[in-house]
Amino acid sequence: MTDTDLTPQRFFAEKFGIAQENLGRILGGALGKAADDGDIYFEYLVGEAISLEDGVVKKASKSVSQGAGVRAMAESRTGYGYSDDITIENLAVAARTARAIASESHQSGAVAVGPALPSSHDLYPVRTFPTDVPAEAKIDLLLRIDQIARAYDPRITKVFASVASQQKIVLIATAEGLVVGDILPLVRLSVSCIAEDGRNRQTGTHGGGGRYELSYLLDGHRYERFAREAARQAIVNLDAVEAPAGYLDVVLGPGWPGVLLHEAIGHGLEGDFNRKKVSAFSGRLGERVAAPTVTVVDDGTLPGRRGSLNVDDEGTPTGRTVLIENGVLRGYLQDRLNARLMGMPVTGNGRRESYAHIPMPRMTNTFMLPGEADPQEIIRSVKHGLYAVNFGGGQVDITNGKFVFSASEAYLIEDGQVTRPVKGATLIGNGPDVLTRVSMVGNDLQLDEGVGTCGKDGQSVPVGVGLPTIRVDGMTVGGTRR
Amino acid sequence: MAMERELARDLLSKVRNRGATEADVLVVETDSSTTQVRLREIEALKSARERRIHLRVMFGKSSAATSTSDFSRRALDQLVDETCTLARATAPDDYLGLPGSEALAKSIPDLGLFDATAQELGVEERIALAKQSESAALDYDSRIVNSEGAGLDTHASQIVYANTHGFVGEYRTSTFSLAVSPIAGEGGVMQRDSWYSVSRTFKGLEAPETVGATAAKRALRRLGARKVPTQDAPIVFDPDMAASLLRTIAGAASGTSIYRGTSFLLNRLGEQVAADSVTVIDDGTIPGALGSRPFDGEGVPTRRTVVVEHGVLQSYLLDTYCARRLGLTSTGNAAREAGGISVGSANLYLVPGTHTPEEIIGSVKSGLYLTELIGFGVNMVTGDYSRGAVGLWIENGELTYPVEEITIAGNLLEMWRHIDMVGNDLVFRGRTAAPTLKIERMTIAGN
Repeated sequence: MTDTDLTPQRFFAEKFGIAQENLGRILGGALGKAADDGDIYFEYLVGEAISLEDGVVKKASKSVSQGAGVRAMAESRTGYGYSDDITIENLAVAARTARAIASESHQSGAVAVGPALPSSHDLYPVRTFPTDVPAEAKIDLLLRIDQIARAYDPRITKVFASVASQQKIVLIATAEGLVVGDILPLVRLSVSCIAEDGRNRQTGTHGGGGRYELSYLLDGHRYERFAREAARQAIVNLDAVEAPAGYLDVVLGPGWPGVLLHEAIGHGLEGDFNRKKVSAFSGRLGERVAAPTVTVVDDGTLPGRRGSLNVDDEGTPTGRTVLIENGVLRGYLQDRLNARLMGMPVTGNGRRESYAHIPMPRMTNTFMLPGEADPQEIIRSVKHGLYAVNFGGGQVDITNGKFVFSASEAYLIEDGQVTRPVKGATLIGNGPDVLTRVSMVGNDLQLDEGVGTCGKDGQSVPVGVGLPTIRVDGMTVGGTRR
Repeated sequence: MAMERELARDLLSKVRNRGATEADVLVVETDSSTTQVRLREIEALKSARERRIHLRVMFGKSSAATSTSDFSRRALDQLVDETCTLARATAPDDYLGLPGSEALAKSIPDLGLFDATAQELGVEERIALAKQSESAALDYDSRIVNSEGAGLDTHASQIVYANTHGFVGEYRTSTFSLAVSPIAGEGGVMQRDSWYSVSRTFKGLEAPETVGATAAKRALRRLGARKVPTQDAPIVFDPDMAASLLRTIAGAASGTSIYRGTSFLLNRLGEQVAADSVTVIDDGTIPGALGSRPFDGEGVPTRRTVVVEHGVLQSYLLDTYCARRLGLTSTGNAAREAGGISVGSANLYLVPGTHTPEEIIGSVKSGLYLTELIGFGVNMVTGDYSRGAVGLWIENGELTYPVEEITIAGNLLEMWRHIDMVGNDLVFRGRTAAPTLKIERMTIAGN
């Protein structure tokens, strides 16, 4: 798709013969009189993955997914039909499936559908999509990564690396007759290394990317940094001692440790859980849920970020939603259904994994605004604690608020000094109160490198997180050393 | 499935004409339906037919894998082009290739994996079932105050696999799953739990009333949960948590993790890696089971593999590629995914022992009965294990109060070696199953 005049509407019109007037008739077929809302979502996705192991690139794969779904909503009910064979006939069948939810036998007349609107943002202008770059360029990049990681230290014995690229074209027609489309690039480089020293075998992983061209990975020798970082983590972990077990003061480094916010408060503030009153945060808007120094936002409008979108998957322009302002709970993340039922504004957080899924409120890029403390001073303030700088994934039980996230690189703090590396350990806490114990917020906000994927109800979407260095006065650290 | 066979043959001859030396094609078509109810009202209905073609081509020892849901002639021609281009760009790999024709399935046994009810069940009946199961939870106790709903999902798939050895095989599968997630509340605190039943056949589903009532009991027993002090203590894994632990064996014994050196079981074939009482089997041939299929993702018949026998690691789980790399024979564990072939377990289970769950709990003076794990704190390279835990505290052999916001940690090799009791309560509730297990000692972090 190097055609610069490519528009989503033209793409679906030419490839599948879906014209503006068809959209109106299909929507009419889905909606009926009792429906409150509905939409049609078209998606065409090309994905490619090229990977290296044993010092050579011998694995390459490519996939094409296309499909369209028709949705009708009546009160809190949703009907959804979809097909991967995009024809007017199949969309009419999908519309009937969707309409069944409103117990509706009669379809309404066609919805008046206008021409596609330009999207309100242009967050990822690319000339060449990463999927359009020939495999040879990616193979060359991977081979260089292998060399850099091995050169970092002779104890690096294995290097795995992959470049995953995507181009996604979507078109959304809403019940109001608005049509909006988007073309989304996504690229991600992942590097993982094994280090061995005769006694121990350890692993380190790093990577990054976003909604960019492939050249993003080359800019400022970014790929070299990712390769060295993966190697460095594996080497550091060779000397890791048992992690402590118990309740300790924890300093979280900047960037990816922001996964804390994603798990501890982000999911609990999604509109669906709060409309159903099943979240530990239900009914708590306006209450203090964090220290006064804590402000947390979800922002889908950051240029090029992995979690960013010009419009969400329901056609709503993304925005910046303040979740916690100076410690007080201010907002929920909404899709159309839950905003309507709660009488709240949409926030541009209606997202779905693909045409085969119904949208839900989801995060985009979730981060804490910087404070004033010097990161070194934060570390010095801790007598005995844990300094955690890299994490794997996390998970939350939104109903009781308990969440976990697992450190993959962490150090002991002894008398204000960062000392020995410790093995990975899971940190566990309670979402509604963990941020009340944030006693220092650093001036060094960083967003993550662009590797996050969030799972909810079986749907995965790319997201971002960010954090300045913070101190949490007490969290349970799941190590083995007592 | 005549059309799919034709399509597969056509693609194979096209790639051959391009000079490919070997190739295979998998065509999967799935009808799926989801029915979700919440608070006794219908919440969502979803249904669809999906299909996907997976193509893998080899030019000598170089290969690429592609897949598409676009079945148009133009798209398939483009797929052939792109797959061939991609395959030529990759470096050769000596171990690559289809299984030898002698290794392919000679006959395709009917394992009873398909129940046409999956496509025949009417919307009203689906809604009624989901409502019955949720109502059973909501009506169970006045402290069931809310619900995340109940859902009935069905899938019916047909799978056609063909390769350039002339092999063509096909089979159908179905799955039915019913799940309920009620919320218990008391004194302003809420606890969610869930219960589920999954089966190849409609008749094999647990009664909706049982699923709902079990879910309610599970949520209720979590009310009043608290933390416990940091300590070392015995942990009793309930059967679902024991199955979760068993998945670490599947991952570590996978040929891919072994040849990559990313497994805590590396170089341990023939060694004692678990307690004597631990025997682990993977069996893809069990009639009607969720992990069964007549042949794997590259046409090799599935089989029964003893992975661990009396604690000794006996076999890895292998596809053709890993087997060649390790100088072994495929165990029929090739799984197909978007990126090509990977290794996956079939029906993996831990052979039951002689102790009743009550005896196991009764043997613990002070420890944790584990009912839920959260998070991903498992390092498969080192075996270091640290996860969030939920359960009931055992005191003097009795289950007492619920606990939460704690972690359990250890190292998988140590954990498997210190299993000191194996239950007699093995039930297949999914593809991986284990009875109640007790680990002598792990570290619990709490207050």
